[in-house]
Amino acid sequence: MHASAQPASSESDTKTAPGAVTLTGVTKQFGDFTAVEALDLEVKPGEFLSMLGPSGSGKTTVLRMIAGFENVTSGSIRLSGLDVTEVPPHARQVNTVFQDYALFPHLTIAENVGYGLRVAGVPRAERAAQVGVALEQVRLSAVSNRLPHQLSGGQRQRIALARALILRPQVLLLDEPLGALDKQLREEMQIELKQIQREVGITFIFVTHDQEEALTLSDRVAVFNNGRIEQVGTAREVYEFPATEFVAKFLGQSNLVPASLSSDGMQSSVRPERVRLLRATDPASAGSISMLGTISETVYSGPTTRFIVATEAGVSIIAERPNDHHPSAESAFSRGDRVRVEWTKDHASRIA
Amino acid sequence: MNRRAQLSALLALPMLWLIGIYIFSLIMLLVTAFWVTDPFTSKVKPGFTLRNFEQIIANPAYASTSIRTLGIALAVTVLSILISVPLGIFMAKVASPKLRAILAVAITLPLWAGYLVKILAMRITFTEDGFFNSMLGPLGISGPGFSIVTVVLTLTYLWLPYMAVPVYTAIRQLPPNLFDASADLGAGAGFTIRTVVLPLIKPAIIAGSIFTFSLSLGDYIAAKFVGGSTQMIGSIIASNINLNPPIAAAFSLVPIAFVVVYLVVVQRTGALERM
Repeated sequence: MHASAQPASSESDTKTAPGAVTLTGVTKQFGDFTAVEALDLEVKPGEFLSMLGPSGSGKTTVLRMIAGFENVTSGSIRLSGLDVTEVPPHARQVNTVFQDYALFPHLTIAENVGYGLRVAGVPRAERAAQVGVALEQVRLSAVSNRLPHQLSGGQRQRIALARALILRPQVLLLDEPLGALDKQLREEMQIELKQIQREVGITFIFVTHDQEEALTLSDRVAVFNNGRIEQVGTAREVYEFPATEFVAKFLGQSNLVPASLSSDGMQSSVRPERVRLLRATDPASAGSISMLGTISETVYSGPTTRFIVATEAGVSIIAERPNDHHPSAESAFSRGDRVRVEWTKDHASRIA
Repeated sequence: MNRRAQLSALLALPMLWLIGIYIFSLIMLLVTAFWVTDPFTSKVKPGFTLRNFEQIIANPAYASTSIRTLGIALAVTVLSILISVPLGIFMAKVASPKLRAILAVAITLPLWAGYLVKILAMRITFTEDGFFNSMLGPLGISGPGFSIVTVVLTLTYLWLPYMAVPVYTAIRQLPPNLFDASADLGAGAGFTIRTVVLPLIKPAIIAGSIFTFSLSLGDYIAAKFVGGSTQMIGSIIASNINLNPPIAAAFSLVPIAFVVVYLVVVQRTGALERM
């Protein structure tokens, strides 16, 4: 395939090393509905990759195909270099943390965590020892004899994680594992997840519809839309340089500047925090796209304030400024003010 | 209308039914078991004697019939479980929606036909030159004829829906991701059924078994038409019902005792709370 001379060994290493996941041309159809279409994705060993997208975008279906719960309609899936497309879930070197945890309601916490070892025929004493270590890792040794319904959501979440990790999988799949938790607990768990991933050093594939979560946790983010991947890249890449309008809009707020207004004749996206807000009387800076307009709305949101500016060019531009002035002082700009909005050319991202 | 009158209106009919018909007749049965039959006139006279019970204990035919009936009821229950669990798993997890609907109708179909119709159907199937023998005879297999085996098969045929429906419903209601989770942790189908499905559908199996067990204990028509010489508790009660009502009453307390013991055992497992 690669005719050119290149360090081929390193390329094949990342595809065959334990924990590598390669999807090639994967398509999934449910009847007439195409949930996932000709999808290619390469996950590197030890990477924390998030699959981000709205519901129905195909991200969970992809995760379920990697786990083996869904057959692929066409295409192939390789795990650590081995083709597992036709391998049933129980024979794959991956484990899953389910959205609603899927703990066995009739088994105690210790029995839940030890279930995989029991399947593998690990002797009782050895099993108890490993379960003890796993429960300690998620700081829940005290609840080992309780039943799942006696635990809080956050505790169940950690038990689900311990149950999946005890088998030392090469890849851990997480299906919106924090979706059912309240905001504060979710943020705590995000930090904990990141720490655990660093400790165990295995590949994490994490499905979420929460863009902030994806950006915070991941080495790379794959943005899903309509059964396709719109863009894959580091958090910084997908946020600062969205490749498509969808990515620009889905990951935070974005000002879409039509091609007619940009210097190079292409549609572009500018993040609100990249937009400078100046007095209308201030001169335009060299090397910037600059527009005059009127503030039509101001939105105070704690750390920042957003100003919605109706420009003379006809587009509405949002500018976001940190609230770094004196806490009791009003903002320097208010509704109805004549202002200039501008941004440096290379702060805008050209989008398809 | 005041509250009290409303409540009376609401409960009048059910209470009349429950106390007047249901409880009263059971108490009368219990009382009759201690009455005597005049040996010359065959008239039942109120009184108090333990002779009816002594007779039941002393006569080995009563004891062996009781044990035979208990065995039949247990066999019907076990057979119903053995059929219902794999069927329920297939219907809930494997079958297409269309096949699932067809099977659901097939399972409940026996409930639509009359009781005697079904027994007649089994009689025709298992009679000397019936369907079973004519189909399997050429292979050298001869049917059970009219025997205790046919009684068990017939009662299973009659009561299977009472087991299959709750078992299937329970399996359908299991969260699908428990199956995924079990497979994800390395378990094959058999291990998952043993460690996840069976423990979780136990309440449904027990609910079904209360029907199959108690309905089988009380039956005697099946024994009469497809059992050959097989006698069940009901057969003896039926033959004494005119001649010696106190004996019939005393003997009918035996299946009631079996069911009570069964319910106590089941209750100990905590399964009744979730019914």
